[in-house]
Amino acid sequence: MTTLRFENARLINPEAGTDTLGTLTVSGGVIAEEGAAPDEVIDCKGHCLAPGIVDIGVKVSEPGERHKESFASAGRAAVAGGITTLVTRPDTTPAIDTPETLEFVERRAAIDAAVNVLPMAALTKGRQGREMTEIGFLMDAGAIAFTDCDSVITDTKVLSRALTYAKSCGALVIGHVQEPGLSAGGAVTSGKFATLRGLSGVSPMAERMGIDRDIALLEMTGAAYHIDQITTARALPALERAKANGLDITAGVGIHHLTLNEMDVADYRTFFKLKPPLRAEEDRLAVVDAVASGLIDIICSMHTPQDEESKRLPFEEAASGAVALETLLPAALRLVHNGHLDLPTLFRALSLNPANRLGLPCGRLTPGAPADLVLFDPDASFKLDRFALKSKSKNTPFDGAILQGRVTATYVGGENMTVQMNDGPHDA
Amino acid sequence: MSFRASHLLGIEHLHPTEITTLLDLADQYAEHNRIGRAHRDVLEGLTQINMFFENSTRTQASFEIAGKRLGADVMNMAMQASSIKKGETLIDTALTLNAMRPDLLVVRHPNSGAVNLLAEKVNCAVLNAGDGRHEHPTQALLDALTIRRAKGRLHRLSIAICGDVAHSRVARSNIMLLGKMENRVRLVGPPTLLPSGVEEFGVEVFHDMREGLRDVDVVMMLRLQKERMDGGFIPSEREYFHRYGLDAEKLSYAKDDAIVMHPGPMNRGVEIDGTIADDINRSVIQEQVEMGVAVRMAAMDLLARNLRAARGAKAAGIGTGVMV
Repeated sequence: MTTLRFENARLINPEAGTDTLGTLTVSGGVIAEEGAAPDEVIDCKGHCLAPGIVDIGVKVSEPGERHKESFASAGRAAVAGGITTLVTRPDTTPAIDTPETLEFVERRAAIDAAVNVLPMAALTKGRQGREMTEIGFLMDAGAIAFTDCDSVITDTKVLSRALTYAKSCGALVIGHVQEPGLSAGGAVTSGKFATLRGLSGVSPMAERMGIDRDIALLEMTGAAYHIDQITTARALPALERAKANGLDITAGVGIHHLTLNEMDVADYRTFFKLKPPLRAEEDRLAVVDAVASGLIDIICSMHTPQDEESKRLPFEEAASGAVALETLLPAALRLVHNGHLDLPTLFRALSLNPANRLGLPCGRLTPGAPADLVLFDPDASFKLDRFALKSKSKNTPFDGAILQGRVTATYVGGENMTVQMNDGPHDA
Repeated sequence: MSFRASHLLGIEHLHPTEITTLLDLADQYAEHNRIGRAHRDVLEGLTQINMFFENSTRTQASFEIAGKRLGADVMNMAMQASSIKKGETLIDTALTLNAMRPDLLVVRHPNSGAVNLLAEKVNCAVLNAGDGRHEHPTQALLDALTIRRAKGRLHRLSIAICGDVAHSRVARSNIMLLGKMENRVRLVGPPTLLPSGVEEFGVEVFHDMREGLRDVDVVMMLRLQKERMDGGFIPSEREYFHRYGLDAEKLSYAKDDAIVMHPGPMNRGVEIDGTIADDINRSVIQEQVEMGVAVRMAAMDLLARNLRAARGAKAAGIGTGVMV
């Protein structure tokens, strides 16, 4: 049993809310009590050592579109970004909606991915919003949560039954809050910018309507529910009330909605086309505050690989989504450098809260937890070149941006995957 | 020279002096067109391609006549019938055309921003002939020239733009141009046909047609697309005409010498009463069409000068930073 000791580390402990210099001992792949004699000592040179990121809602394009992202490439990108657990989306082609397709994903991930992969499954068959999937079998096969991703279940009877059934199985449901009628066809957020560019807009009210509806369904069913992304100020009071009323509800936000706003689309830059679209600056600041206060629990990458062809189109025809595994941490550190968050609060949202929500032992520096760790220099700045990304798809809105914060090593179960990856073969 | 742009993609990025330069030149071309003086040397040896990804008769004809009067070799490509149907992307189409080395590319496309995208990929001057709901700069320029000739000035006028502003690229370009030239712009229409955030554009918004037209100098009507008429945005054609159609009674609220404009094609009895459209004392709709040719001649002339200057500089090995 190998014992490692990280010395001279700035330990970011989201559970205790502390940021202190110290040492951390890892033995047999788990975090250990101090004291055991180490086989290897790692000098962290004062850099930050934090629990590895648990990223809920990552799109790995297997099966169906492996040219956009494979488990191998997503794993390399995750290691480069300090992400130790990928919680993958089922919006693949075909959708992950049977135990058989789920097993395919688990097998591919086990062979190729350098980090932990926990797949989610669809809540309804084909993500069509009509019939629920085999939630019980899928849980037995390892589904960590259930979601139809950005396809909103419009039939409230279908959704209420799926939530009721999911609750009886102890399953977590993840929803996308958006009134689909009001948001139909929208490419950007409605308002002055949308009008100036002649683009069809989505009213930010569509998100508030979506959250109101889903909260009513939770009151009916009592299901465990996580909102993938809250991106507008006007949806926050509803979330706050639902939490105060004791509903089993949590919420996340994607990194781009925390760091960019609608004006960044500028002259039809399709790498900034997201779903939901980027919002006004007031909304961005409101969701940043909600992360700081803990109202929004989780920050995720919403990693969505798209090839050049699907982005090099007129804005309204271009695909939505951006890659973010490698930029999640450096972009999130902007919030720290700007004074919005401190590091323990950031890692509460990146690591601890998502792990807790999924019932995972990782995401903390407590003895007994898996040694999934990220070592990073929070101050090292670099200019992002999208072609240097490990992701197969290069659709990042941060191309050419100056980012501050660089991952030096990512440990999964006590193993330095950064070193392994740099030594290993670079196949697809 | 005070017109520096290498493309004409929209009004948004034009400076007021560039607008004035272009209108002054267009005014000369309008006079020369009336007396039948051609200028076939201006675009001689240049190739103009009209690429219309969306149906158009009048705009395409106007660009074609403008190019021919200036001596360009003009070619029309009906893109709806062509490679788009075979699945070619816009960028591939642009690169294919670019390889044929055109000098002026006139583009209309149903998607907002598509002409900007295309302009990034080609080495010639691009003129936006309308992209989605974004901009239609030559229409706004021809409207401006028509107003200037009728009113003797293009500043401190009160101008009402009426009807389906939400779906209109003509309205967006006009709002920007008339605002840049320091006019008071009013938007008049049912709230379902006015775009979001429009109050931030420095315009006044009216939902009552009579209030909106009170004491204006110019009444600019917009076309209401057939597909918007039934229930989606307004209850019916007849209710729309009753509340927002321009007739003599509503026009009486405007100044006595107010002019009536329409970008065409008109829906008589929907947004405008036929007798108003034909009233030679009020309607300048035919003049708008005439000014359209003159404005497009001026725009292509100015862009061709910049194109030639940039190419000349490149041939002489002078770095200008201007597109070649």
